[in-house]
Amino acid sequence: MHHEVVSHASEEKAHSALTTKMIWKVFWILLGITLFEVGISFTGIPHTILIWTFVALTLVKAYYIVGYFMHMKFEVVPFQWAILLPFILIVYLIFIALYEGTVLGYIPG
Amino acid sequence: MWIFLVSDAFTFSSLLIAYGAMRHRFPEIWPKPGDVFTHFPFIHAHVPLMYVGLMTFILIMSSVTMVLAVDAGHRMKRKSVLTWLGWTIVGGFVFLGSQAWEWYHFIKGSEKGAYVLADGRYARTDDLEPGVLKFHDGTVVEGAEAQALIASSVKNVKGANLTENEYGNVPLFGNFFFFITGFHGFHVFSGVVINIIVFILVYQGFLDRKKDYELVEKVGLYWHFVDLVWVFVFTFFYLV
Repeated sequence: MHHEVVSHASEEKAHSALTTKMIWKVFWILLGITLFEVGISFTGIPHTILIWTFVALTLVKAYYIVGYFMHMKFEVVPFQWAILLPFILIVYLIFIALYEGTVLGYIPG
Repeated sequence: MWIFLVSDAFTFSSLLIAYGAMRHRFPEIWPKPGDVFTHFPFIHAHVPLMYVGLMTFILIMSSVTMVLAVDAGHRMKRKSVLTWLGWTIVGGFVFLGSQAWEWYHFIKGSEKGAYVLADGRYARTDDLEPGVLKFHDGTVVEGAEAQALIASSVKNVKGANLTENEYGNVPLFGNFFFFITGFHGFHVFSGVVINIIVFILVYQGFLDRKKDYELVEKVGLYWHFVDLVWVFVFTFFYLV
């Protein structure tokens, strides 16, 4: 019982950090980035630069959604690590799968 | 909820990485998204990406209304929670409708489809420019030469299904599109259903009796996750 009260109080404190003003600010950031992405896809910027720009901007958007909307930014640090650290495996998987895919393209037949 | 979301994120990552691997496997013939998703309701022109951009806006917007619902829940404001949760459900339905529209145009394709030449190349036609053939490498053929190519073609492919599509000689492109956007769409659908259930619970005063609006926060997490996945699908399927 006592534990519940404590965790509830700390949760309340954590959420007071996210104000309505900040919610709308994050919304405008996300909308702005999306419009920018659609906009630059029509320009003649070299494809490689475009792709890396899109990847970077997507990660920025992900940061704002996870950090503010999913209030990860206001959680305790060990919890943040517990959730985010496993995604190192995804980075590794991207590397091996794209490498493998590219090499398969060179094999005739 | 977080543990489930991590596992679900791994599932979506694997699907998108598989897409990436196959795209790197067929770099020369993989369809360009800018040539595929060009429709917009009531506009008879090429407007690539605009409609998916709008869908992204709808989903981000419904994410914002969901945050506001969670925020109202922390203050135990029942009416406010109902308003914002209601708008989130509306946003979810609009997104699902948009996706159905997108699928319809993807499956239906252009009026004349693509002509498959004897050497396996796909010559796409365009509703806006009749009699003009376009190849994947950007070559454009028209007039009598185009007519001769059409006459010598071995097959005419219209729209997309699981075994072939007019967007290129890569059946995998259609498969990935149906599976990944379908899997995401099913997540959105589940989210809308769960939102409706929570809406009814809030409406009946269940959470007020419990004196705890954590349930709204939990569905909120799921809903933001669905938005997050769409951000990645949008980038890797439509932009790059």
